[in-house]
Amino acid sequence: MRLGRSKRVELGFALLACLTVLAAGAAWLAPYDPTRQELAAALSAPAPNHPMGQDTLGRDILSRVIYGTRVSLAVGLTTVIISLAIGGTVGAVAGYAGGWVDDLLMRAVDALLAFPGLLLAIALTGVLGPSLHNVILALCLIGWTGYARLTRGEVRRLREREFVEAAQALGAPGRRILLHHLVPLLGAPLLVQATFGMAGAIVAEASLSFLGLGTQPPTPSWGAMLNDGRPFVLIAPHLTIFPGLAIMVTILGLNFLGDGLRDRFDVRPPIDLWR
Amino acid sequence: MLRLALRRLLLTVPTVLAAATLVFLLIHLVPGDPVEIMLGESARAVDKEVLRHSLGLDRPLARQYGAFLGGLAVGDAGRSLVTGEPVATLLTQRIPATAELTLSALAVALVVALPLGLLAAARPGTWVDRGSVGFALLGVSIPSFWLGPLLIILFAIELGWLPVSGRGTPSHLVLPALTLGLGMAAILTRMTRASVLECMGDDYIRTARAKGVSRWHILGRHALVNALPPVVTIIGLQFGALLAGTVITETIFAWPGLGRLTIDAINQRDYPVLQGCILVIAVGFVLASACTDLVNAWLDPRTRRTGP
Repeated sequence: MRLGRSKRVELGFALLACLTVLAAGAAWLAPYDPTRQELAAALSAPAPNHPMGQDTLGRDILSRVIYGTRVSLAVGLTTVIISLAIGGTVGAVAGYAGGWVDDLLMRAVDALLAFPGLLLAIALTGVLGPSLHNVILALCLIGWTGYARLTRGEVRRLREREFVEAAQALGAPGRRILLHHLVPLLGAPLLVQATFGMAGAIVAEASLSFLGLGTQPPTPSWGAMLNDGRPFVLIAPHLTIFPGLAIMVTILGLNFLGDGLRDRFDVRPPIDLWR
Repeated sequence: MLRLALRRLLLTVPTVLAAATLVFLLIHLVPGDPVEIMLGESARAVDKEVLRHSLGLDRPLARQYGAFLGGLAVGDAGRSLVTGEPVATLLTQRIPATAELTLSALAVALVVALPLGLLAAARPGTWVDRGSVGFALLGVSIPSFWLGPLLIILFAIELGWLPVSGRGTPSHLVLPALTLGLGMAAILTRMTRASVLECMGDDYIRTARAKGVSRWHILGRHALVNALPPVVTIIGLQFGALLAGTVITETIFAWPGLGRLTIDAINQRDYPVLQGCILVIAVGFVLASACTDLVNAWLDPRTRRTGP
């Protein structure tokens, strides 16, 4: 059983490593410039020189899928890092301080959680205007709440432990207890949450781009590629199949990793804000 | 139970108020002048002033907020900037389509997830179990905006069994409901399996087995009923995702519901309609959460003591 869990982590990690290599080495690995148009070959089916075919403007889909990895991973990582920093800080302060500080901060979290996460992201990007920058902003504005709740719960649980009492008895200030004694213990649950959070952010970015509210042309993004291919699903399904496959493999990899880490660290299921 | 229901409904009021406040603030997040964005830079100054006044944007923020809440209290959410129709009318026209789609997707999720999760828990380690785990993992990894087109390619284009898009006959509902419901089915399958497996280790199950009660009777009558509360909780949490997912599903299948209205409102910069759509969906989510709490209280009388 232990081996099985490790295998899931390894498989997820291997998939993510491959995607990271693709993103980092896109300039060398992509056979064509992802923005190079060949209008005479628009909507061409997969062929040996274009293994995934060509899109509405005759651009190479394989190259665009490879470059699209950059957008997805960049949005996923940036969103997770910013959300984790904000949510972790808010949750730690709320959990440790308790009282009115806790009440105030958690009511703000509750207010945001009254909305389905994706819906709020759609509304925010709809109002702020479609751009990658606004997508990250919208996803961070919503994403921090999950980390805040998780961190708050963990800190509240941990602050009752004896080592915290001992540190308090020795006169350690609250900030020191929080940073040196409690925060290091939050690594495992936050890592699991971050893994699923990254999957959620990638799907959310692709969803927004699919709706025309995310990454704008000519930047290659998997969601936007699916949106471009939607009107041609009857005559050129390859426009839809390959970018979707890329999203599925990425999310599958992150889910493998998250599941494996969760089992290994034996933490509670994460709060999924995106689905 | 009635007192509990009333108390739970009362608890939704502050949440709905918070949602309404956020929706109100939405229009103030517009970078620059919202009126100019709605009408375009070339609009006449007089038209801009008329719109600014009709939206109440020329008043202090606190008064705007008061008027917004007062309007909502009497069912007035303003008028569409594009058609001039009351937003409430547009919303009431679209709500039935979205309700039909969302409830059908929920039905798909339950019909798939409960038997599959139960079967997997009944035969742990077998191919049924492995299949259900695989389905759950794959289901949460396939986004609806990919699943929808794939289902169209397979069932509408290749096989020609179902219509590509639109609303009207029950056959129009099949693909959108599957697209929206299968992701939730995957999550519920996993939850049902885990919850039933946990119950299978309890003393009352052992007692029932010792008394010679059949395995299926134990699963259906004892394990499933006791395993349901966490599944119902997940349904409540995931209902929000289902409602938000309608925006994508309705866009794919040209389904004339609230989700499509939301996207049309964004594209046409019709902010009063956008505000109305977001608020209705948020209220639907809050009410669904309250309903799941009440269903849980009905299923598990122990939770009634502390309330939802």
